[in-house]
Amino acid sequence: MRKLILGRVLSSFFSLAALVVMVFFLSRLTGDPAALFLPREATQEMLDNFRRLHGLNDPLIVQFGRYVWDLLHLDFGQSLRQARPAIDVVFEGFAWTFQLAAITIALVSIAAIVIGSLAAFRPGGIFDRFASVVSLIGASAPDFWVAIVAIVVFAVNFAWLPTSGTGTVWHWILPVAVLFIRPFGLILQIVRGSMIQSFGSLYVKTARAKGVGNTSIIFVHTLRNAMLPVITVIGDQAAAMLNGAVIIETIFGFPGVGKLMIDSILQRDFNVVLAAIMVTALAIFVMNLLIDIAYAILDPRVRT
Amino acid sequence: MAEHLLEVRNLSVQFHTAGGTVKAVSNISWYLDRGETLAILGESGSGKSVSASAIMNLIDMPPGEITNGQILFEGRDLLTMPIGKRRMINGKRIAMIFQDPLGHLNPVYTVGWQLVETMLVHGAGRDEAERRALELLKRVGLPSPEASMKKYPHQFSGGQRQRVMIAMALAMKPDIVIADEPTTALDVTVQAEVLSLLDELQKETGMGLLLITHDLGVVAEVADRVVVMNGGEIVETGTPSEVYHNPQHPYTKKLISAAPGRGAMHEPQGRGEALLRVSGMEKAYGAFKALDGVSFDLQPGETMAVVGESGSGKSTLARCLLRLEEADSGQALWKGRDLLSMSRKELFGLRRQIQMVFQDPTQSLNPRMSVYELISEAWVIHPEILPKARWRERVDELLAQVGLLPEHARRYPHQFSGGQRQRIAIARALALEPQLIICDEAVSALDVSIQAQVIALLDKLRRELKIAFIFIAHDLPVVRDFADHVMVMKSGKVVERGTARQIFESPRQDYTRRLLAAGLDPDPEVQQRRRLEREAIIA
Repeated sequence: MRKLILGRVLSSFFSLAALVVMVFFLSRLTGDPAALFLPREATQEMLDNFRRLHGLNDPLIVQFGRYVWDLLHLDFGQSLRQARPAIDVVFEGFAWTFQLAAITIALVSIAAIVIGSLAAFRPGGIFDRFASVVSLIGASAPDFWVAIVAIVVFAVNFAWLPTSGTGTVWHWILPVAVLFIRPFGLILQIVRGSMIQSFGSLYVKTARAKGVGNTSIIFVHTLRNAMLPVITVIGDQAAAMLNGAVIIETIFGFPGVGKLMIDSILQRDFNVVLAAIMVTALAIFVMNLLIDIAYAILDPRVRT
Repeated sequence: MAEHLLEVRNLSVQFHTAGGTVKAVSNISWYLDRGETLAILGESGSGKSVSASAIMNLIDMPPGEITNGQILFEGRDLLTMPIGKRRMINGKRIAMIFQDPLGHLNPVYTVGWQLVETMLVHGAGRDEAERRALELLKRVGLPSPEASMKKYPHQFSGGQRQRVMIAMALAMKPDIVIADEPTTALDVTVQAEVLSLLDELQKETGMGLLLITHDLGVVAEVADRVVVMNGGEIVETGTPSEVYHNPQHPYTKKLISAAPGRGAMHEPQGRGEALLRVSGMEKAYGAFKALDGVSFDLQPGETMAVVGESGSGKSTLARCLLRLEEADSGQALWKGRDLLSMSRKELFGLRRQIQMVFQDPTQSLNPRMSVYELISEAWVIHPEILPKARWRERVDELLAQVGLLPEHARRYPHQFSGGQRQRIAIARALALEPQLIICDEAVSALDVSIQAQVIALLDKLRRELKIAFIFIAHDLPVVRDFADHVMVMKSGKVVERGTARQIFESPRQDYTRRLLAAGLDPDPEVQQRRRLEREAIIA
């Protein structure tokens, strides 16, 4: 088990390192940073000054060394627009996104697993029909449209909920609800399929022959086996959300990392963009590591 | 009329499928008494497992439907009993042991947990359940029971897993144990151990044992009475001895005559120039030596059987000869040229001379290719064998040679039975006109009567086409009928090698004797003697 985790951490580390290299050189490919940062009417002197100040005249490899060194100190430089460390700006946004993702994924997982299991237990039954309708909606309704309709209906017409922003518990309801729909439909289908397969398995037959009751067969014998593919998809969806639910955050004026990235790109606040990429990448690597650990906990065959 | 412990009366079960309604069993009746062993004997599709599934309420309805009959357990009809009450009989009064213990044990829970669960379901306290679980694991002879409690199913061998299943079935001291092909997946020596364990446990507890099997040898070894089933009907019942020596129904007669191990043994010809000469072949996986200095000769047109228990290195030998895996050292001279040191390019030309037929034709035939494509693919890879214009004609010829019809060429593997699929696999091997065919357990998965047909086919090919065979098998009677020479392997070493007659009639090594004594004979009287021999060897 320890060996497995160590191996995963090591391989994640290499991927992260590759990402650092890529981000550095790709960002240099977009053009001369001095020209990008300074206004178009800047004089040659201003450009030279800027280059000297930021060490842009040094060989690329020296610049890269400095960049990596700063990274190790979590120093991404200053945010140009907010005049404070870029990393602080990103952490602030990431905290919002993280909460949004965590709440949504937790709700999605619980709901999908329970309803999916019941749907699988009686294919064609009431839960199964509910599951297929919801999945269809989730898969076919574009989230920006759902978000806008939700705002029009619940915030504008009924005035039950705030339209956007943060502050109270009520502010969370619409973003979470809209974000919920698509992964819910997807995970529900995975749970259902995986559970149906697991119900048909031989060990379920053994459990029945032992006299084990239905509840125990669903939630003890079948579910744990059926969870393996489900966890992969949950992790995948969670990772996508951590990357910033750009559309939802923008529509609901939610100050998460996705919205931050869009704003920073538009405002050419590159330090913030780079910091945001690194932080979300790290979060996704941690997420994947958690999935691997969960896999190992659930399935003893992975451990040995 | 005396009341039986368990009585099935006029049971009819059918399955509603897309292809129409299939009658699984029709109007069958049998009974089981306390302390008695009843065997239900039949081939696949005979409906032999259906009544057991009905007893345990394991038939999925739909598509299944019980259309008629009663199942009386101590006089009460299980089929009309409320579902909750019936569930409390499962595992407690009537328990079941399945064929494939790896699939039938939950992979994500420890063996101890699964044992304890049975007892908790039926109202035992946790401490008591854990104590008894340990006791049971000891009783069924699992090594270091304390440690075994915490292990997962995949960490045991097949035989050990079957012992775990038996322990689980015995947890509540049931009145009846139903064993569905309990030893089919096991080695002969392990099979003998498991059967005698069941026998001992039955004597201890006085339970009724219902044994479902396709193997006449198993019937001869343990059954008090036998019910022979075919096509969902009972064709004959009686004691094993009556049924074996005086079968009434044509089907029973056919089944008994198909049982391998009683034909004339081959008398191999004098030895000439070897086709294949293997010397000092070794292969290790880490610290485990799969092949440890294996040497043998093979003549053209000769059949050499390789026998041994699982893990003895039989399959590794085949894989190394075909270069599906690389041997660590040694030589394998094919007509004087070393197979093991050949370059990939040289090997390509040779591939067609050595072909392989695998155990499971369902897995070794691509389900999306028609029979024509499967067979003619050989000529796509080796176009020098046959011009494309003659493919159609040759496929028809090959199909005829393996006992299939030309119109079968258009069909797909799933449209055939297991035996037919194995014939297709053989036809595919023949397409390359090989001089050696390696059969890895090629008939093990087949029903006895089908097995006999496939063996007869292989024998015919050997005679007509002078093909040599390396025949890897764990089933000794089949080997006895088919092989010229037999090589006995254990832990990667050759224990003994000789003609079939030498090995079967005067084995020199203890291991060979043990292996032979563990094999089951379909004749109850012969089996009775053999059992005594076996017990003498063990003692």
